[in-house]
Amino acid sequence: MTSRIPSIFKTNANKQKKTFISYLVCGDPTENHTLLAMHIMADSGVDIIELGIPFTDPIADGPVIQKSIDRALKNNTSLKDVISVVKKFRQKNKLTAVVLMGYMNPVHKMGIKLFSKSIHDNDIDGVLIVDSPPEESITLNKQLKKYNKSHIYLASPTTTDSRMKGITKMSSGYVYYVTVKGITGSKLTDLNSIKSNVKKIKSFSKNNIPVAVGFGIKDSKSAKQIAKFSDGIIIGSSIVELMYKHSNNKKNMEKHLSNYLSSISKVI
Amino acid sequence: MKSKINLKNYPNKTGHFDEFGGVYVSETLIHPLKELFQAYKKIATSLSFKKILKRELKDYVGRPTPIYYAESVSKFLGNSHIYLKREDLNHTGAHKINNALGQALLAKKMGKTRIIAETGAGQHGVATATACARLDLKCVVYMGEQDIQRQSVNVYRMKLLGAEVKSVNSGTKTLKDALNEALRDWVTNVDDTHYIIGSVAGPHPYPMIVRNFQSIIGDEAKSQFKKDYRCLPDYLVACVGGGSNAIGLFHPFLNENINIVGVEAGGFGINTGKHAAPLTAGSPGILHGNRTYIMEDKNGQIKNTHSISAGLDYPGVGPEHSWLKDTKRVQYTSVTDKEALSAFFTLTEKEGIIPALETAHALAYAFKLAKKLKNKKILINLSGRGDKDIDTISKLKNIKL
Repeated sequence: MTSRIPSIFKTNANKQKKTFISYLVCGDPTENHTLLAMHIMADSGVDIIELGIPFTDPIADGPVIQKSIDRALKNNTSLKDVISVVKKFRQKNKLTAVVLMGYMNPVHKMGIKLFSKSIHDNDIDGVLIVDSPPEESITLNKQLKKYNKSHIYLASPTTTDSRMKGITKMSSGYVYYVTVKGITGSKLTDLNSIKSNVKKIKSFSKNNIPVAVGFGIKDSKSAKQIAKFSDGIIIGSSIVELMYKHSNNKKNMEKHLSNYLSSISKVI
Repeated sequence: MKSKINLKNYPNKTGHFDEFGGVYVSETLIHPLKELFQAYKKIATSLSFKKILKRELKDYVGRPTPIYYAESVSKFLGNSHIYLKREDLNHTGAHKINNALGQALLAKKMGKTRIIAETGAGQHGVATATACARLDLKCVVYMGEQDIQRQSVNVYRMKLLGAEVKSVNSGTKTLKDALNEALRDWVTNVDDTHYIIGSVAGPHPYPMIVRNFQSIIGDEAKSQFKKDYRCLPDYLVACVGGGSNAIGLFHPFLNENINIVGVEAGGFGINTGKHAAPLTAGSPGILHGNRTYIMEDKNGQIKNTHSISAGLDYPGVGPEHSWLKDTKRVQYTSVTDKEALSAFFTLTEKEGIIPALETAHALAYAFKLAKKLKNKKILINLSGRGDKDIDTISKLKNIKL
């Protein structure tokens, strides 16, 4: 199946709604928690789930996600396990898009061709590899395009105009605009510059690629602010933290996660 | 042995040594890395910069370091001749200052006011803290919690020099995690901060910049050897963790018709899996911004390493070494903790030179080589002095200090 992501953005845009993207680390603390959380996300207004692939050396992540990854690695959650979790998720859910997000080495170890085929075979919609900018991911980009899957790239406050042009060209699905110079879990600053950069990326894109904004969005207030000028918002650390807090009681986790996500979903 | 391509013309424009190296970092760091490359090209290759650095290396660091003929140990071993490039005689006691001072000077010219660094054995941390004290730059050093314990003397030295030492307790609490944390700091404070990577690892242009600052070792050695012995050595031997002292010695000799050997940390033995020898027993993968030989499990997770020496206790290696391995220009091998220790005592007792435990790995292999060969000249990079390892050694020998 081709990626659901382009049509999700289109449908939401027609309804004057912004796309809601949520992140969690697969396998923290168990695969069952992950699967349960993914279904709660889908039921609470999340359109796209970014599912984190655990990696021992997550250089772009802050303490909250680092610790989450450590917990997932205690169960030896591998890239293969992550893919099989999506397979299980798809038995009940065919609508919510799933993006695998992580670092290059586990993908490199599996092999780019086999990885891309597994994305296709398991009805996964897209891929975001944090430490593989366009210049280091030409093969992966070609493979994902072959299967009509979304390859999401990051853009950041340090990205120059000419790079932004290149990034919009190679990206499919959406461009992930990182709001701050920093790691995941950082604080949101300077809304005006975020706004102008989002605008700039959109103006550079020939096929009008959606721009989703992440890093620093924690609550309905910040979600609403960012949603005003972006096509979508991404929340990670806050969700990971909330899930961890209630991980020893699945009923509680379900309730709190659902409430939190719904509070965001209804304001964007 | 002699290669047709000029081995000194790498990395290429994209920062690759054929399929190794590159820029595997998140988008935020791409522009700062390009800026660093531009600044390096413009500033560090200028005559005025070279002149300043040369003077600093001479008057402040004490270069050139001598080549010492280790006659007593040579006789003890047999018929070959052991020569030592005495990087241990540098100010701060190791080769690390060559790069730290070069990069700190560059950072100052770039208008950066804050320096960060990672350190394993503490030698690079001390060298960076020293350069920052000398040049009035703020300095933060990341160091794994485990390394802080086993290299406490160096921690105190860094603090004396005015640096802030930040303990890293994520992951394995060693050098690789210190590097992760330094990268996270850099991405957050990139406007006023320069990151001085201590080895020939990391994303482009670091492997090239560090190599070029360290190449003074090989450049000096080449002309010293020619002058004193009217020839080149038959063998070069250096220890390889990240590989900065090794590449510094090797690089100026790459196009020469001589044997070059890099020695990794074999830990408890390669077959035990408890070692830090990615070139000997690893596979190509992506770690800390570049593609290189790494130690990983079947799922691509980075494996825990073990070495008696904190400075070699790293699951990756500089990408240029990976390339030199695959092109077969350099031979890579390993020696165990035990062999390194034995060489440590041999040099100390026969020559009155206490080597760093890292360096002892190069010595151990070179001593084996010397026993086997007849009438060959073996030049070892004596990359650092062993004062920092006294605690480790005394504990192993049950000696109370």
